[in-house]
Amino acid sequence: MHIHSSIKSTFVIREMDSFVQEKHHHIEVISSKRRLFDVRLRELWNYRDLVMVFVRRDFVAQYKQTILGPLWFVLQPILTALMFYFIFGRIATIPTQGIHPFLFYFSGLTLWGYFSDVFTKCSNTFVGNSALFGKVYFPRLAVPLSIVISGLYKWMIQSIVLLVVLIWFQVSGVENINVHWSLALVPLYILLLALLGFGLGILFSSLTTKYRDLSFLLAFGVQLLMYGTPIIYPLSFTSGMMRKLLEWNPLSGILENFRYALFSVGSFNLGGLVYAVAFTLAALTVGILVFSRVEKSFMDTV
Amino acid sequence: MERIKVEHLYKQYRLGQVGTGSLIQDVNRWWHKVRGKEDPTLKVTESNDRSKQGNSDYVWALKDISFSVNHGEVLGIIGRNGAGKSSLLKILSKVTSPTKGQITLNGRVASLLEVGTGFHPELTGRENIYLNGAILGMSKREITQKFDEIVAFSGVEKYIDTPVKRYSSGMYVRLAFAVAAHLEPEILIVDEVLAVGDVDFQKKCMGKMKDVASHGRTVLFVSHNMEAVKNLCTRAILMEHGTIVSEGTPSHVIETYLMSRNQSDWGKEYREHEAPGNAFTRLKSVQLKPLREDGKPIITVKSSLEINISFWNYVEGLVANLSLHLYAATGECVFNVITQIPPPTIGVGLHHARCVIPKELLNTGTFYISFMLVQDTSKPLFNFEEVLTFEVEEERETTNWHGKYPGFVRPKIDFKINP
Repeated sequence: MHIHSSIKSTFVIREMDSFVQEKHHHIEVISSKRRLFDVRLRELWNYRDLVMVFVRRDFVAQYKQTILGPLWFVLQPILTALMFYFIFGRIATIPTQGIHPFLFYFSGLTLWGYFSDVFTKCSNTFVGNSALFGKVYFPRLAVPLSIVISGLYKWMIQSIVLLVVLIWFQVSGVENINVHWSLALVPLYILLLALLGFGLGILFSSLTTKYRDLSFLLAFGVQLLMYGTPIIYPLSFTSGMMRKLLEWNPLSGILENFRYALFSVGSFNLGGLVYAVAFTLAALTVGILVFSRVEKSFMDTV
Repeated sequence: MERIKVEHLYKQYRLGQVGTGSLIQDVNRWWHKVRGKEDPTLKVTESNDRSKQGNSDYVWALKDISFSVNHGEVLGIIGRNGAGKSSLLKILSKVTSPTKGQITLNGRVASLLEVGTGFHPELTGRENIYLNGAILGMSKREITQKFDEIVAFSGVEKYIDTPVKRYSSGMYVRLAFAVAAHLEPEILIVDEVLAVGDVDFQKKCMGKMKDVASHGRTVLFVSHNMEAVKNLCTRAILMEHGTIVSEGTPSHVIETYLMSRNQSDWGKEYREHEAPGNAFTRLKSVQLKPLREDGKPIITVKSSLEINISFWNYVEGLVANLSLHLYAATGECVFNVITQIPPPTIGVGLHHARCVIPKELLNTGTFYISFMLVQDTSKPLFNFEEVLTFEVEEERETTNWHGKYPGFVRPKIDFKINP
């Protein structure tokens, strides 16, 4: 029996050698040893179609069986901005640097929405996809990456609405909008928000695989962070200790600079921007470092 | 040339719940690592034997596994539940990483650990083909090329634009398998996919697997279905408690597997003071012995089962019956037989009883047996619960179908078509 089967397989090998050579040689070693910074970008690139399929799935699945469908992307920040307008603009009357409160809140919320969306969703990467991750291998980073991209689409839709609102305010004469040259830097701001949310998100995701306590903290922390970011008030509204604290928040510089680009109020905060870049790079590095360690064995602890 | 080479593979698992205790252990492990010492848990890790109560929180799911698989081979992996098959497949498909050792893979790997992985109920069949295909590693272009073929294979053309949550479970599985079957990996890992689907579809799947192997690709096939392993595989390995205990031709390995199952579960013997029972009776021993024409000690649907029971009776002049209950693994009682009526009167001392369950009565599956000693055909004296456990294996003439027959029993009843 032994001899018979080995003859059979030798024959098959001969026949198949040409077939194998056609394909690129793909040798892989699985072992317990890990490199410190084990990110396989090329592999991720090979799975780019998967990332886009995930993006599509998120869009389609989220709004199946709703009447308004993708209109919710737009309605959510508008409704929140309106709510803020009544609570903080009318009742609490927090100054908004002379900008119409609705515009002030809405512009801030589009940025904040993108960040918090990416952050919270990425932080659920491992726990939320454990059923899938437990059965099939693909680069795990494809999931948070798809979140960054689908968030970007949402943000683009929202910024088109922001643009329409701006034009409408300008035309109706409610607001005179002075756009600053640094508007050209907005793509950088968006990139920073995306990378920061991504980096922090995957870091938290890795930490929650074993100890879920963090996910409770996170839900509360994100809420707190929104009020700790100049969205419903300008940085200039604060002073002293509070101001110092806000300046530690890397989001502050980005938001302030974004509003400066749109409305030319306040000043261009270069220090805040540099700090945000440094913070983002640090968060990204640590996030990927921890994520790539955890992804190999999280199935045993999750 | 080797497609897969596994060298000294170990996998350790932690038992129990994650809580504050595990935080302390983690810190301890980390502290050992920082000082460059060996992980302290590796020393206390025990081999994975579910029949024994371990003392340690750590077990080896895999312990020093080495083997290699060549081009065009279909390797069957068999073993009981908990033998380490799934852990091995998980490491091979990169779902988790080994604790020690390494694997060299020469080619693209795709695994069908469970068909339909990543299907989203809200998406249509069409959308799910793309989603599932991408998850399994296909590019969009590849999927588009094979789309029509996949749909035709699955046989759900009519419903391709309907959300899969409206599919019947059969349709769902067929679509999922169709996607997976059109992958073109050099190494395909298949785990128990034949357990689902109708006869026609099973045939298609088996055909596809043979096809894959004949194109020089390698298949790893894990199954409890010995018939399928015998028919499909060119070689097999048998795993037990996380190690490989046998390797060779499928029929040889399957026989080793069936033989290895006896002894421990098929007999029990007690000393009088520690035997189960009460003031009226105690159990001395039970023995299960398969009776076969070829004399092999294996339990298949073609083995008769001889059961011998010995018990002590402490009731003077007992009008005694023994009642045998045979249960399926799911807990239903399959049948109940009792000793002769009118019952004999027995004295104090050791007594024996014998029962033969004929061959070709029980279906494949796990069964267990309980005995009850009854006085005057009405008063139970003691119930010896689950004293025997055994598994009936498949043994059948070649059919094109390799699935499990439904039902607890499979009696040989005359049934013919008049030609």
